[in-house]
Amino acid sequence: MTLREETAAPPLPVGVPSASPPAGVPAARARAARRGPAQGRGPRPSLAQVLGWTVAVLVPLVVLGMFFAWPVVATVTRGFVADGALDLSGFGDVFARPRTWRVIRQTLLQASVATVVAVGLGVPGAYVLHRCRFPGRDLVRALVTVPFVLPTVVVGVAFRSLLVEGGPLGFLGWDGSLAGIVAALVFFNYAVVVRTVGGTWAQLDERPAQAARSLGASPGRVLRTVTLPALAPAIASAASLVFLFCATSFGTVLVLGGLRHGTVETEIWIQTVQLLDLRAAAVLSVVQLVLVASVLLVAGRLRARRERALPLGTRRASERVLRLRRVPGTPRGEGRGGDVAAVVVTALTVVALAVPLVNLVVRSLRVGEGWGLAHYRALARRADGMPVSVLDATVTSVRAALDATVLALVVGVLVALVLSRRPRAAVGRRAVSVLDAVVMLPLGVSAVTVGLGFLLALHRPFGLDLDLRTSPLLVPVAQAVVAVPLVVRTVLPVLRSVDPRLPQVAATLGAGPGRVLRTVDGALAARAGGLAVGFALAASLGEFGATSFVARADAPTLPVMVYRLIGRPGAESYGQALAASVLLAVLTAVVIAACERLRAPGTVSDW
Amino acid sequence: MSETASAGPGAARGLEVRDLVVRYAATGPAAVDGVSLAVADGVLALLGPSGCGKSSLLRAVAGLEPVAGGDVRWDGASVVEVPVHRRGFGLLFQDGQLFPHRDVGGNVAYGLEGPGDARPSRATRRARVAELLELVGLAGFADRSVATLSGGERQRVALARALAPRPRLLLLDEPLSALDQGLRERLAEDLRAALAATGTAAVLVTHDQDEAAAVADRVAVMSAGRLLQVGTPTELWRSPAGPEVAAFLGFEAVVPRAVLGAGDAATVALAPGALVVASSGAGTTDGRVVRVRARRGRTEVLVSVQGLGVVTAAAPVGWTGSVGSSVPLVVDPDRVVPVGARSATG
Amino acid sequence: MSTTLTARTSRRGSRRVVAGLSAAALSVSALAACSAVGAGSSSDEDAATADASGAATGTVTLVTHESFALSEGLLEDFTAQTGLEVEVLQQGDAGALTNQLVLTKDAPLGDLVFGIDNTFASRAMGEGVVEPAELSAAALADAQEYAVEGDDEGALTAVDYSDVCLNVDRAWFTEKGLAEPTTLEDLTKPEYRDLTVVPSAVSSSPGLAFLLTTVAAFGEDGWADYWQALTDNGLRVVDGWSDAYYTDFSGGGGGGERPIVLSYASSIPFTVPEGGDEPTTAALLDTCFRQVEYAGVLAGAENPEGAAQLLDFLLSDEVQADVPTSMYVYPVSTAVELPEEWARWAPLAEQPFEVPAADVEAHREEWLQRWTDVVTG
Repeated sequence: MTLREETAAPPLPVGVPSASPPAGVPAARARAARRGPAQGRGPRPSLAQVLGWTVAVLVPLVVLGMFFAWPVVATVTRGFVADGALDLSGFGDVFARPRTWRVIRQTLLQASVATVVAVGLGVPGAYVLHRCRFPGRDLVRALVTVPFVLPTVVVGVAFRSLLVEGGPLGFLGWDGSLAGIVAALVFFNYAVVVRTVGGTWAQLDERPAQAARSLGASPGRVLRTVTLPALAPAIASAASLVFLFCATSFGTVLVLGGLRHGTVETEIWIQTVQLLDLRAAAVLSVVQLVLVASVLLVAGRLRARRERALPLGTRRASERVLRLRRVPGTPRGEGRGGDVAAVVVTALTVVALAVPLVNLVVRSLRVGEGWGLAHYRALARRADGMPVSVLDATVTSVRAALDATVLALVVGVLVALVLSRRPRAAVGRRAVSVLDAVVMLPLGVSAVTVGLGFLLALHRPFGLDLDLRTSPLLVPVAQAVVAVPLVVRTVLPVLRSVDPRLPQVAATLGAGPGRVLRTVDGALAARAGGLAVGFALAASLGEFGATSFVARADAPTLPVMVYRLIGRPGAESYGQALAASVLLAVLTAVVIAACERLRAPGTVSDW
Repeated sequence: MSETASAGPGAARGLEVRDLVVRYAATGPAAVDGVSLAVADGVLALLGPSGCGKSSLLRAVAGLEPVAGGDVRWDGASVVEVPVHRRGFGLLFQDGQLFPHRDVGGNVAYGLEGPGDARPSRATRRARVAELLELVGLAGFADRSVATLSGGERQRVALARALAPRPRLLLLDEPLSALDQGLRERLAEDLRAALAATGTAAVLVTHDQDEAAAVADRVAVMSAGRLLQVGTPTELWRSPAGPEVAAFLGFEAVVPRAVLGAGDAATVALAPGALVVASSGAGTTDGRVVRVRARRGRTEVLVSVQGLGVVTAAAPVGWTGSVGSSVPLVVDPDRVVPVGARSATG
Repeated sequence: MSTTLTARTSRRGSRRVVAGLSAAALSVSALAACSAVGAGSSSDEDAATADASGAATGTVTLVTHESFALSEGLLEDFTAQTGLEVEVLQQGDAGALTNQLVLTKDAPLGDLVFGIDNTFASRAMGEGVVEPAELSAAALADAQEYAVEGDDEGALTAVDYSDVCLNVDRAWFTEKGLAEPTTLEDLTKPEYRDLTVVPSAVSSSPGLAFLLTTVAAFGEDGWADYWQALTDNGLRVVDGWSDAYYTDFSGGGGGGERPIVLSYASSIPFTVPEGGDEPTTAALLDTCFRQVEYAGVLAGAENPEGAAQLLDFLLSDEVQADVPTSMYVYPVSTAVELPEEWARWAPLAEQPFEVPAADVEAHREEWLQRWTDVVTG
């Protein structure tokens, strides 16, 4: 033990998160000493350790490589290889089309506007729903999350029937306009901002703000000069995620915007599926990849900053009871005006989010000229020409989602474990940061590219006599690939925020690396486990894009079933499709609400 | 508006806390239970064990906790309804709470950058920042990032920041307890000097009686939400109001004077070293040596004395004795003080 | 002493890391064995395995579009008759289906394709996706009526057809006292301004069919002008058929505002209200394009004989009688009777518009490009 001079941080009781700067120096030092697979001079890692980490790296690499990277590469290659030779002339041709530039412009415009609006509404929402306490808060939180996991088909129907001329909101004139698309994109992504920013805000140490108040800063100035700067990384991280989701949104744009507002993603779909112009699709996929990669790079940097420097207080102490009127004995002008504004904005937003959902429920109850539960009763019956009943499809969906969740958890937790290491070697550190960005790609690459890639790449992989393309297992695998990034982003912040001194303490108490992993990192990460399970389940339940490529006819998932029902004539099918959508929404809400209960205090999630 | 209404004749100058009650739960016990005190100038230390309500009292004065009963006044006018940032009360936390996104100068200047006419010019601000950094011994640190500072430097910056807008009262919440011993003592002196130099009245919350004595002009001892005694450090150590105060001030035993061998039945408290190992044969009483230890070069003996329990006795230079042996002890009258001679509040 | 101790515990711990991680790896591979989704379809897996190992009974895999449906029990009847299990794979619409078959032709997804329509037939044949088969169904002669031009060997066999026509909401026109339109030209008249909604030709099969209708009606040089006139007259183009029919169309039950929609002639019987005896909508039979759906044995199929048997089954009276109720299309077979309400309310166009499949294949991209330019302005 070396003697510390003034440079030492104050000794902090374990479990009370320190403000970052005081703990910064030694924490960083301790963190640097935390070893991953790479080692400097010192005790050599045992063979078992090396093997263990190798497996931890290999399993996710194999799964993501086989079921994501390879299919994507297979699709893109198809566009660039003509008659066995590489042909990049597609770039020139595609970029010469005015249409290409139009879709790129549209993509950037829609995603930027939607991101700005989502952040503008989401930051007050994060405050009200995560920093304040009020009765029914969990319910509202679950409600705002439902849109994020609803299949786009359902949202498209819910929105268009509202916005269409003569619809309840037809007077807005938003049908087929940029405003309509932005509204739907915000509808989807509001929860991303609320959760990402709220997770941080809920635990933000209040004392810097109080110090600022005592220095004469008004609540408004504190918000501007202390709170928002502290939240900036979280806000930026949320914004980049929303931008990513918006820029790659497919169904919403197609249903609400049509051709006029086509984006890179819808253009890839049209070129691939409808026109069979794989060359153009490949060029556009590369464009999308570049776009997504740059956003991820920025996001990764901001996240790293945030995970390093998050001044957290304890949740109980930081949360405050929401009071819109002054209680006697408290000062006037304590920013209650701001609270009122935040509550009003949030209340209006929540109502606006609820409108399409309510619309969906109302329409599902419409039977002929009257009202009733006939469409719901019909869910248990197999409709004419359908392979199974909606309830059977629900069972299929739940089974597939369970498989997908197990797979996503195994892969996601391994990835998070690897990413939480800080290798000493620069190469190792770089590898970790690259992997950090790469693991997010499944959220940003077109489902069409992946889905088509499954068909191209998974016939007899590695020469095995096994046609994976038609295997029922491909459904959960496709869903898991989308769920892995969510699991990683939920578990990783917890692992990274583990005070690096805790494992060191455990090691000096005689715990080997395995026991440290299990009893310290593992135990702490498990607190995020419930949340990760919920997100993975919900995302799997709602996944439609890639699943629709691989769903087998005899066992459609619930979203696929909704899509088929809606594509058939007859008011019966339409009503059943809406009832099935409501079922899906309720299922999702229940899963999310259950996670809210499981969510342990001190859990920060990235989305 | 409220100022004219409540500023009556005979209104006290400076801070006045009247029958203050602070509660965290509507039905639970009060964290601060009817405390009254006043600070016109100088430094008042609120001393007490953790959980005694001293921090709650401080936060209520700052405006960070709702007041459930009683009043907080400045110059005779209630400030309960005045928002935190208009009270002109500075606040210094245990761990400084510097803004990580501002450099040292930016932190110190924060309180000078408020909106409105009162905002000083850039040059004035810069001069004020330099002046305060010099005051806390960090001249030339303005451009440093706060991440590069040591714990002691951080507290100095936090102090400079709190003093910069010339608060009419400075509230210090355990400002030194996160620092190590030597540093704490040095900084306590510097803190006192800085407060004196700027003529700032202050309330200091601490659980360390040495720190209270070093910095404060007056000390208020709190326990379980109530005020036990207020006085100058000298008064306090001369005559603690009761056994509880005595125990918290570091006295080792509170006994009837008769136990010491002579005198009346009045209760007295023994400071460490109140008993001295007699260098020559006979003593007033005898004790059995439990442990011998060196403290700052002097020899201290823990002795077990009939009727007193284990107390610390001072040993003369060159004394040698062994654990278990019996030693004669004499009383150092300067280290024995009467208990309960004065009223609880002063 | 203490060093040895640490070293020992550390090694023990490491072993546990390995154990944990290997368990994780194993659980991934074990997913296949104990997955929840796998549990539901083990019989299919067994069948597939049996087929792969060359056993006598087998599986025939039908690749089709997402609208494929047959009444319950039909495919089971086929299995009972032939001993062949049917596995069904559904992929997008007719266009997506065809394109995916083209992309996977080196390793076909299954044995038989059903659902390639006459707008994509040339592509499927030109790319060599399907190959001729020996068929024996009685309805084969009827199917010949709809054979693709130039398909002399019978690589594609017609199974059903339907007419894509404009539908009108009669109730709406009666209420407004406006005469229903009857021709394509009518739609460009001022009195029908803002009344029409059609699905996009790019993203919907009936949408493409309607584009071809106009190509056939106005010729290579005239169709774009017609669309310009339509657009100028307030035409609405939406993503897909269901969107147009349920959201925008006033007669589809979704409460839309527009009384003219592009749909099918066979949509009409579905608008007979409960207790009523007359549909509330009508098809404009002078605006129809005939869509024919074909089936064919995939080139390189593992089980071509099974595929041919299944194709024969699709032409059997059993299936042909079922397609009106299960897929809302007309059977090619003249031997089966149409449901009663179809006979009454879903008459066919006498002279539907047609564009030769080869022309469609040659010009599709160019037409779609031009069409997109016109309707998006």
